[in-house]
Amino acid sequence: MTATEATVIDAGVGNIGNLVRALRHLGAEVEITCDPATIRASRCLVLPGVGAFRPPREVLRGAPEEAIRSAVDAGATLLGICIGYQLLFDSSEEFGTTDGLGLLGGRVTELPGGVPLPHIGWNRVFAVRDHPLMTGATNDDHYYFVHSFAPEDVPEEWVLGRCRHGRSFPAITGRGRIAGTQFHPEKSGAAGLRLLGNYLAWAGALAAEADGGDSATAAGH
Amino acid sequence: MRATIEPTGLTRRIIPCLDVAAGRVVKGVQFKNLTDHGDPTEAAARYAEEGADEIVFLDITAAPERRDTDLDWVRRTAEQVFIPLSVGGGVRSVDDGRKLLLAGADKLGINTAAVAEPELLTRLAERFGSQCVVLSVDAKRREPAGAGGQSWEVVTHGGRTPTGLDALEWIEQGIERGAGEILLTSIDSDGTKEGYDLELLRRASALSPVPVIASGGAGTLEHLADALETGAAAVLAASIFHQETYSVGAVKEYLDRRYPMRMS
Repeated sequence: MTATEATVIDAGVGNIGNLVRALRHLGAEVEITCDPATIRASRCLVLPGVGAFRPPREVLRGAPEEAIRSAVDAGATLLGICIGYQLLFDSSEEFGTTDGLGLLGGRVTELPGGVPLPHIGWNRVFAVRDHPLMTGATNDDHYYFVHSFAPEDVPEEWVLGRCRHGRSFPAITGRGRIAGTQFHPEKSGAAGLRLLGNYLAWAGALAAEADGGDSATAAGH
Repeated sequence: MRATIEPTGLTRRIIPCLDVAAGRVVKGVQFKNLTDHGDPTEAAARYAEEGADEIVFLDITAAPERRDTDLDWVRRTAEQVFIPLSVGGGVRSVDDGRKLLLAGADKLGINTAAVAEPELLTRLAERFGSQCVVLSVDAKRREPAGAGGQSWEVVTHGGRTPTGLDALEWIEQGIERGAGEILLTSIDSDGTKEGYDLELLRRASALSPVPVIASGGAGTLEHLADALETGAAAVLAASIFHQETYSVGAVKEYLDRRYPMRMS
């Protein structure tokens, strides 16, 4: 079996080196790009992000965003991480309201006070639903978070893992071939690598299924 | 299981600290009589495997012009160790910071350069975010304590250079300028194995809205618990881990009875 090819969407902000290192460590062949044609042709997309919501949102507006949608429509998987995760929802209230990609329902709001913000460190995530990303997950998994905003009003049937910091929020969400994590799996030790490995395996299995269909067709000729 | 619902499940962190010179782990007293203790990547991987929540590296090479190859060990570590990596030592500019982050560091430790030029903290925070900027403060007790009670002075160069700055005021200023975390080392306790300076930690944790990492003096498990009791978000230790007095796992198992810990 060949290595999964993963396309990391580089919206030009923040250091994505450690995510790329983690994916390569897991055996993926990684391409880093913001080119719409490359995104459209990918079967396995990863959308990272650190910092604020709006700069990467504006970079993606237009052609890259359309390419992400058409790749997903054509059967690609998509994993959003941290700000990349927040970008998947309808909107964010960081520095006024900004529209998101609207691929997942819900809005991104600031965590309530009474707890230290930003939320930086290792926090516990409760697995609440089965999903290919959650293979091996337990209710005592900890992941590394760096953020002050988080999604809310997310339909419960899409929430895969919940975390608590000031309020309970969806830390892992998945709908169809689109998923995301508020934490940084690439910095979350064995639990994080397991989740990234699950993602690559899931994307690889779906791509193989599609290719299997193609080669069956080819064999018929 | 805790019976009540806590407002957060955030854990306290256990952080081994490694001194690195010319790409090798070293140990010595006051940066003298350095002895080689192996490869930083291997040491970091071992601690991560034991359950370390983060690794702090202090690069004591202190070359004024860092060449790209000087950071090969950071690169190699980031390729194999997937927990937060903090690298301090030699960050004097935004460009120094950028090189370290590109090599794979997640956080930058700033000490002497911030004392010399506090504005550097702001520039680093604006460019990379406060979560990247760790203000490293070496504090020494003022003896005798003044009329206003005990105070601490910021010192640099392993305690040899006094700065005249009050440590608690410097911490407040550093946070205002953009530091996202405070690594607070008691120079009086460092290397003694007689416990952290708890009064210093209590005062610093009370005034700091950002996490305070306790450093200097760890000798026993009880010392680590005492440091967390002051409100410190994390405890850093070197010798107890390097000399294998305790494994990171044994430390966490002990502390897990009283504080939330990430148990691997």
